[in-house]
Amino acid sequence: MNPALLLPIGMNNLAEIWVYLSATPLFGLTLTLIAYVFADMVYQRSNRHPLANPVLIAVATIIAVLTLTKTDYKTYFQGAQFVHFLLGTATVALAIPLARLWPELRARVIPLLIAMFAGSATSVLLAVGIARLLNAPPLIVASLIPKSVTAPIAMGIAEQIGGSPTLAAVFTVTTGIVGALVATPLLDWLGVRDWAARGFAVGVAAHGIGTARAYSVHPRAGAYASLGMGLHALFGAMALPWVAKLII
Amino acid sequence: MIRGLALLLIFQSLGEVLTRTIHGVIPGPVIGMMLLLAFLVLRKQIAPSIAIAADSLLAHLAIFFIPAAVGVMLYVGTLADAGAAWLLAIVFSTVGAIAVTALIMKQFVPPNASTGEAFEASAGAITRDIAP
Repeated sequence: MNPALLLPIGMNNLAEIWVYLSATPLFGLTLTLIAYVFADMVYQRSNRHPLANPVLIAVATIIAVLTLTKTDYKTYFQGAQFVHFLLGTATVALAIPLARLWPELRARVIPLLIAMFAGSATSVLLAVGIARLLNAPPLIVASLIPKSVTAPIAMGIAEQIGGSPTLAAVFTVTTGIVGALVATPLLDWLGVRDWAARGFAVGVAAHGIGTARAYSVHPRAGAYASLGMGLHALFGAMALPWVAKLII
Repeated sequence: MIRGLALLLIFQSLGEVLTRTIHGVIPGPVIGMMLLLAFLVLRKQIAPSIAIAADSLLAHLAIFFIPAAVGVMLYVGTLADAGAAWLLAIVFSTVGAIAVTALIMKQFVPPNASTGEAFEASAGAITRDIAP
């Protein structure tokens, strides 16, 4: 037997193994799954406390690990892209809870559309108003307009209206996390008890990350959240470019 | 499970093809979701394999947002330079949008306890038929 194999693994060997592993997709993929399992464990242990949001905890953990190991986002994404790809598949899967609720949704279509429309208008007007009041530059203001719409659509809208798609993506993610953090205490305080109303409001205002929070609280809230997100996505793609022309 | 996953991927592909054909801004998966919804509503039933695949994905919906959200790390510097205006705008507009939407729902949509129970009961079953 080669005597070298009997030696304990020295720092050099470990570093070599690390260089190899960190350059393969295995690293980003494993890190994403471990960070999620850890974040979800914290979330479940805290009795699904809104502040223990799993997306927030997992993202903070991963950014800390990437910074400590001096790994760039591109290398990380080589592995994480497999999880990212399934976001599209999970979006398609949202049709199933909507199909289960279909008879009920059909009967409620007008009030649902009114509530979505009002929520969308509130989101845009307050965001633009506050940003202007605090002298934010026009690029930031334009990128804030589509922030309550699901990220891929928000990026497209931002590009059309003179904003930055990357800033829009960051604002959309922040909006989703803020919505998931505040929804439970806010809706309790407002005295809104119905799972349909609670879920729908979170879906309209905080898209997919809000919907993920709603699903973890109650299946009915989750189904209504996905409906709110879906309706706002369709409405946003069609109407927000025109709305932007009127207000910027 | 695999059969259901294949069906989800077929509808995702249909959505991608359609959005590219019409050069629309609506992403492929959102169009795929609408096509699948139309398909399920017209068939008036949800096959167990589709339900299992969809429920498995949706039970951990949060994980799928993580890779994109980590991308925020690329813009930390830009956002720090921009001050707190964007964050305040996001916090208050999100709180406002949730409140307005929920209060309108409370006003115009009466809580439907019976369908709520029916939904929960059906969510536990393996075969899920859409009630007529």
